[in-house]
Amino acid sequence: MTTNGTGSGEPILQATGLVKTFGRVVGLDGVDLALHPGEVLAVIGDNGAGKSTLIKCLTGAEIPDEGEIRLEGRRVHFKRPQDARTHGIETVYQTLAVSPALDVAANLFLGRELRKPGPLGTVLRVVDKKRMRQRAKEELSALGITTLQDVTVPVENLSGGQRQAVAVARAAAFGSKVVVLDEPTAALGVRESQQVLEMIRRLRDRGVPVILISHNMPQVFAVADRIHIQRLGKRAATITPQTHSMTDAVAIMTGAAQEGTR
Amino acid sequence: MNQHAAAPSGPDLAEEFLDRSTPLGAIRNLLHRYPAISPAIVLIAAVAVFGSLNERFLEPSNLSLVSQQVAVVGTLALAQTLVILTAGIDLSVGAVMVLGSMVVAQTTVQNGVPAPLGLGLGLAVGLGAGAVNGFLVTRLKLPPFIVTLGSLNVFLALTLLYSGGATVRGRDMPDLLTLTGETFAVGGVNITLGVVMMLVLYIALALILQGTAWGRHVYACGDDPEAARLAGIRVQRVLASVYLAAGAILAVAAWIQIGRSNAASPNTGTDLNLDSITAVVIGGTSLFGGRGTVWGTLLGALIVGVFRNGLSLVGVDVLWQTFAVGVLVIVAVSIDQWIRKART
Repeated sequence: MTTNGTGSGEPILQATGLVKTFGRVVGLDGVDLALHPGEVLAVIGDNGAGKSTLIKCLTGAEIPDEGEIRLEGRRVHFKRPQDARTHGIETVYQTLAVSPALDVAANLFLGRELRKPGPLGTVLRVVDKKRMRQRAKEELSALGITTLQDVTVPVENLSGGQRQAVAVARAAAFGSKVVVLDEPTAALGVRESQQVLEMIRRLRDRGVPVILISHNMPQVFAVADRIHIQRLGKRAATITPQTHSMTDAVAIMTGAAQEGTR
Repeated sequence: MNQHAAAPSGPDLAEEFLDRSTPLGAIRNLLHRYPAISPAIVLIAAVAVFGSLNERFLEPSNLSLVSQQVAVVGTLALAQTLVILTAGIDLSVGAVMVLGSMVVAQTTVQNGVPAPLGLGLGLAVGLGAGAVNGFLVTRLKLPPFIVTLGSLNVFLALTLLYSGGATVRGRDMPDLLTLTGETFAVGGVNITLGVVMMLVLYIALALILQGTAWGRHVYACGDDPEAARLAGIRVQRVLASVYLAAGAILAVAAWIQIGRSNAASPNTGTDLNLDSITAVVIGGTSLFGGRGTVWGTLLGALIVGVFRNGLSLVGVDVLWQTFAVGVLVIVAVSIDQWIRKART
């Protein structure tokens, strides 16, 4: 994946000076965030630090009062989640947005079904089940999801980890430029969490940058390339797992330590 | 509730979830996947029992009677299925049909409107009623139960006000209006065009629901509206279109009803709301939305028809027929609840 910038140092998604207030409550107080191509950027922070507001602004669920968001260098204005999505920012929500009674393939293509070629598809609007199932299989195996061979199984028959896999695969399936994962392992067991982390790595290796919101420090340090620490509505620091320990990160999060560098 | 059921299943995964089930669980999973199986079994059993209890039951003349009785309820139930798939309910189906049939009959017979135009006006009534219900459900965000309970009474009152309580006889109508009552014989069984029309509607809607994106979105909206919204589906628009489509089907039901009773009466068919819901529920469509097929509904309508007809043939009082249908509904909903717990 290439950017239209000058090199790999050019952020694919960049937010500068984002401000969002709710009445007298300041949610975001001039936040900057940069996501580079091919990286996993974790966003951590205490409750009320503004991480969900930040993510909502990036994915169109909230409109920032001030500041600008640039995608591949171009300024974008998202008014609703659909806007961010059409620009290639896919979000996997904490509440899994899957439809339980529909099968895996139908869920992957929900809201953007493939139609049959020719007048059958254009006039009668008949969907192409065979092609959707085929592509669903390809997408799942590309993400290393081997436990989900049968894409005709209704999603409600799947375990929590498999449902998360379906949600992540859907986000990744449509040539997306950025995938945002909001607490993807919060409801999962240990092994399932490991599989989701593996999926995140594969996503990155395919060149899709990922923003990961998580409370789970060990997971963040296991998978993230860089860690954006949010504190009191601002970016307190951006660190890497190589240069900082979990203790350092917690110290910055809680304000026990200051860190101005990147 | 899904997360709750999934949580204790532990960290592992697809290979296990199918194997782990007991024989009873396997049956439940099967029913879960193919909800039309249980009504099919009930229908076959009912036909076998009534056929052996009374030899007249399987005679061609009786079978054609059953098919005609099913045509109207079956068409209403088709509209009802569409609404119930979105986790709604439409109590006004019977009232809309009767209003439609009165408008068709009166405009042609008393106002001299050409018959095709009269049928067009009936369609307009169905679509209008669907638009009103859909508007109230999607724009004012009122529960479908309340909306259609209100519109049920509004449409009933309108029907009586408009018709003055008078029945329009079939022999006064143009032939086109009673066309749905014309019969042709298939192996001794007289089939009406109304029955054929109902079957055509079933086939069409089955293809649309299974084969088009709109059909999938109907299921998704009933299943989990929030998930559907996050997936980019315009839920309110889908819901509004469902009530419109149901209204169009009800207009056809009005036509079938005129042919079936060879009259348009403001008092017939107003009690068919509950029979239509019964047929849908017995047919395995979940009242909680997102699950069910139109074929299940057809089976459900046939079961209701066969029960009523068979019980009266063996001489059971009509009140006990209603009793039996009531028990059937409760059993069907209990089975639905049990099936919905089929999460491994």
